[in-house]
Amino acid sequence: MEPKDDNISAMCKPAVGEAGKTGDWRDLTPVIDHAKCIASVKNRPACYLCWLYCPDGIVSAGIPVKIDLDYCKGCGICAEECPAKAITMAVNEEVKK
Amino acid sequence: MPEKLFKVHKEEYMLPGNRACAGCGLSLAYRYVLKALRENTILTIPASCLTVLHGLYPTTSVAIPSLNCTFASTAASASGLVAGLAAMNRSDITVVAIAGDGGTYDIGIQALSGAAERGTDFIFVCYDNEGYMNTGTQRSSATPMGALTTTTPVLTKQQNKKDMMKIMEGHDIPFLATTSPSFPIDLYDKFVKAKRIKGTRYLQIATPCPPGWVFAPKDTVKIGRLAVETGIVVLYEIENGKFRFTGRSKTLAEKGTRAPVIQFVERQGRFKKMSLEQLGQLQRWVDHKWAECLKRAEV
Amino acid sequence: MSDVRIMTGNQAAAYGVKLCKVQVVSAYPITPSTSVTETIANWVERGELKAEYVRVESEHSVMTVCVAASTVGARTFTSTSSHGLLYMHEQLHWAAGSRLPIVLACVNRGVGAPWSIFNDQQDSIAQRDTGWIQIYCRDNQEIIDTVIQAYRIAEQVYCPVMVCYDGFVLSHTMMPVEIPDADKVGEFLPPYKPHTILSPEDPRNINPVIFPWQRRDAEGVLRDGYMDMRWKLQHALEGSRNVIVEVCREYAERFGRDHGGMLWTYKADDAEVLLAGMGSIATEATTAADLLREGGIRAGVVGVRVYRPFPRAEVREAFHKAPAIVVFEKDISYGYEGALSADIKAALYGTGIQTPVHNYIAGLGGRDVKANELAEAVRSSLAAIAGGNREQQTWLNCVTEL
Repeated sequence: MEPKDDNISAMCKPAVGEAGKTGDWRDLTPVIDHAKCIASVKNRPACYLCWLYCPDGIVSAGIPVKIDLDYCKGCGICAEECPAKAITMAVNEEVKK
Repeated sequence: MPEKLFKVHKEEYMLPGNRACAGCGLSLAYRYVLKALRENTILTIPASCLTVLHGLYPTTSVAIPSLNCTFASTAASASGLVAGLAAMNRSDITVVAIAGDGGTYDIGIQALSGAAERGTDFIFVCYDNEGYMNTGTQRSSATPMGALTTTTPVLTKQQNKKDMMKIMEGHDIPFLATTSPSFPIDLYDKFVKAKRIKGTRYLQIATPCPPGWVFAPKDTVKIGRLAVETGIVVLYEIENGKFRFTGRSKTLAEKGTRAPVIQFVERQGRFKKMSLEQLGQLQRWVDHKWAECLKRAEV
Repeated sequence: MSDVRIMTGNQAAAYGVKLCKVQVVSAYPITPSTSVTETIANWVERGELKAEYVRVESEHSVMTVCVAASTVGARTFTSTSSHGLLYMHEQLHWAAGSRLPIVLACVNRGVGAPWSIFNDQQDSIAQRDTGWIQIYCRDNQEIIDTVIQAYRIAEQVYCPVMVCYDGFVLSHTMMPVEIPDADKVGEFLPPYKPHTILSPEDPRNINPVIFPWQRRDAEGVLRDGYMDMRWKLQHALEGSRNVIVEVCREYAERFGRDHGGMLWTYKADDAEVLLAGMGSIATEATTAADLLREGGIRAGVVGVRVYRPFPRAEVREAFHKAPAIVVFEKDISYGYEGALSADIKAALYGTGIQTPVHNYIAGLGGRDVKANELAEAVRSSLAAIAGGNREQQTWLNCVTEL
């Protein structure tokens, strides 16, 4: 027997992915060239402007920097703001290859 | 690691997979607003883009308690939270109202003025994307002159942007500030400061909106930066009546330089029907505002 | 030792609030409700009532403050009339949909345009679809008792309650009122336990957008869509009947006064015609019934005390033997008829009760309604019914020609 909704008014709980896997929204996917990424080149925490400016907070600013492609909406701000031009926005099919 | 670099709290209270647009200026700002406010906060938000970002029942994308309210009532909802929390001996919790420009400048202004006049102990945040963006870009009193919206689709907005900061200053409140998501650390620092102050605190976020302003999502940070570079947005805070430039605006004020407003205007589709006369008026309006700020800063 | 004082209806409402140890009061002035919150302001500023008192800038904000404060667990109250109630209309819907046990005193006053400051019940009747429980009081004693009962009912069923009483007629008229003992009220009214969770310890988002359809949450539980959530409100209101009756009965046991639950009757058992009404017009009808009886017509009165949820079963029971029904009310659903009359007829549908129902619209905008006018109207209706006129809408003592 499926449990019923015991809320008598609309109260939500926090969870990732309220809108689903928003990575599906993308036309273009960010690709990081770690040979250019300042943090990777220096091998220490540095720059991280991609992390700073990501509107969705899905950049993991480690070494190397990683982008969560399940939720990246493909806005391209990281690529635009990267001072080392280490990020390119590639067409989805090319990334899959 | 980045939190040490940028000196911000590391927790991400805004969870991924939310309904904000790709490249949303509000979304970027909101990360830092919440990092600054932290857990001991209760938010109240009216119908707006932020409501959508917060998500639909039964899941929310924001890990901070929040109460949705009707469009006109944001500051009154905050007043009720403050009163209720006081009655429950939980006045340690910071109450923060967050509305768009429609919910602040237009439909929300009555409740906001009332709450501020009463000296209600809360923070009111206006994220100003210069129009009713949640409903598809209609004109608000925050829309700048010369902008196309769906309700000013041919002739463009005829009036200057309403000066909400001046209106709020008229309420004699302890802290007001302007912020921009293109300068997240300046934004973060102001919210951290605001959280510590008692009384009514008013902060505005100059929020670029890719679909509403008509520019590519990748340019959100750049457009927000240009707004500050041109002086259309001035980064400042007013604490107990004392005006102070901050961040990039402080540098511009000291160097005595500003970019011409056309650099901001020409990159946005919403200004494509702006007349030369309107552009001239905009430049003069910005120059005048800037001069006023310079005068206040010297005093 | 009983504490009986002479006081106005507004003061009686305020005393009810004080006895219930309300924690947040929001206030905005509007005639004739203003002295309710003025009385409370005096107590708060003298330290006689420990409450947060918020002097908001509009009635829309008045109800918003109540909603937010109630959400975090505070017992809240406000009062208003007429356009104040109209101004907060969207917030009334919001409060009911939020399932918050807010109590509001509506001091009934006519609505514009054009302006009227005088009594009728159009203001609260026009809110009948919002999901609030509505109780109409006959006299000042009932007002103080009903405010206390209202919190008990509201906090049990999680529905807001509107305590309605006629402006000026009751609000500004002095009557003897026994003030219940504060300790006994404390025993009668347990502390408010909110169902809402709004705290940093367990972050939730309350009242966001909800889809038309059901949707699974992150733990896989199938949660409501809009309609399901709203059915819960309807279900709660329908179920509140039993609670209202039980609370009334328990109150009568503890405090010695029984206001009748959903509906009260006066000399109805042998009646050949039943007068129906709500609030002070129903009290006036009892005098009219006595006048009619003096003249040989066995008249009785059915006083609807609780208008929402509508006392369907009680109405069927009260009217099932009546040969004629005359409904007097201070409201009109423009383009149709009086709301009470329409609701009574709807309740009788399908029961086999074929009684003629005549509807009198009376007292709009404070036009005086006298017992002998009601009695005369009944005589006139009885004659019309005898002549075959089963249904009729008459505006009492009014110019009804162009």
